[in-house]
Amino acid sequence: MRRIVVALVGTVAGLVGLFSYHTSLAGAGSVTTAPALGASTAPTATGGSSAGGSSAGGSSAGGPSTGGSSTGGSRTVTGAVAQTRWGPVQVRLKVSGGKITAADAVQYPNGNGRDQQINSYALPVLAREVLAAQNANIDLVSGATVTSDGYVTSLQSAIDKAHL
Amino acid sequence: MTAEAVPRRAWVEQVMGMPVSIHLRGQLGGSADAEGRVEAAYDELRAVDVLFSPYREDSQVCRIDRGELAVRDAHPLVAEVVELARTARALTGGSFDAWRPGGDGLTHFDPTGLVKGWAVQRAAEHLAAGLGCDVSVTAGGDIALRPGRDPALWQIGIEDPREPARVLAVVPVLFGGVATSGTAHRGRHLVDPATGGPSGDELLSVTVVGPSLIWADVLATAAFVRGAVGLDLVESVVGYEGLVVDRDGYRTTSGLTPQTRTTDMSA
Repeated sequence: MRRIVVALVGTVAGLVGLFSYHTSLAGAGSVTTAPALGASTAPTATGGSSAGGSSAGGSSAGGPSTGGSSTGGSRTVTGAVAQTRWGPVQVRLKVSGGKITAADAVQYPNGNGRDQQINSYALPVLAREVLAAQNANIDLVSGATVTSDGYVTSLQSAIDKAHL
Repeated sequence: MTAEAVPRRAWVEQVMGMPVSIHLRGQLGGSADAEGRVEAAYDELRAVDVLFSPYREDSQVCRIDRGELAVRDAHPLVAEVVELARTARALTGGSFDAWRPGGDGLTHFDPTGLVKGWAVQRAAEHLAAGLGCDVSVTAGGDIALRPGRDPALWQIGIEDPREPARVLAVVPVLFGGVATSGTAHRGRHLVDPATGGPSGDELLSVTVVGPSLIWADVLATAAFVRGAVGLDLVESVVGYEGLVVDRDGYRTTSGLTPQTRTTDMSA
């Protein structure tokens, strides 16, 4: 079980990295704002069903707790736009009591039918896995010397961002 | 483990050529003067960079290296680092050596491999003493942790050098230092003092945990340079534990039991 959790965190890191990737390359023409998508993804994160990707199934190893939803001290952090292989993505995290309680995409690629199809599962998976990373309770990450370039896509960067 | 009751704040600034993160955990971290103390910690790190940077022509380290400045005339912190560098060389049997032969046939003094851990450890100590909350300072993957009045464990993820976005193991640490040496982000940047050339590539990374980031960092660097037998060096130092990663997986010293481990890394 534990092994699965870590594998999941690994995937998360890659995805969470999107959140803090500082770039201004976002082509405005191909970006759409999609608040509705985010609103629907976050609360479903507790579910054990693996909607997309093999790794998502690992959430059964200790389902991300969406519970708590403590009213005090809750805030929202919006990351920079990241270039992904699918196109520009921007992620918004809701942080409550130092924990990420929700993650959703505020921008996602919207170029053609294939993109639409990717979005329909990739972004919910992203939200779910951001939550799983939190559930793994990793406070900090030690790795071989991180340069500025490496940092922006690192798990440490995402953790920093969640607490900024 | 409900972490909701514990507030946590983070800062990130680019210092010494890398992003340095400071996290404060606990109620005291939210005190009115926390902001100023964190800024002072960054100032302290910037001042260290001015003294020690090998990239600044006018840094004291560069001037010492060029023979323009004697250690006894340098800033007291420089003398402190020189002393630590001597200890590091003795501790590691020369696997860590700030005095290295250069291409010009002369011996050059470059304590860079020590300065980061020392400066980060120092910043964390100063912050924790002033604030009384749990403090972490992370620079380039090396972490200094200082406990506050009501300390709690930090869960430290150890990055997989084969896939840096992946966490290989998790080690709970209350206070002290965690340092990782390897080639994941910069390519081969470690030099074997014995040959002056790049170190062997038997290991992909070495992580060392112990009471002080200074020695965790020195031991990680030295163990990486030593390659396959590097873990023995860490094992021989009381209070320090290590985890080495090679292509087949990872091994640890006898006292280290990572909380979580992955074995299926072939994917």
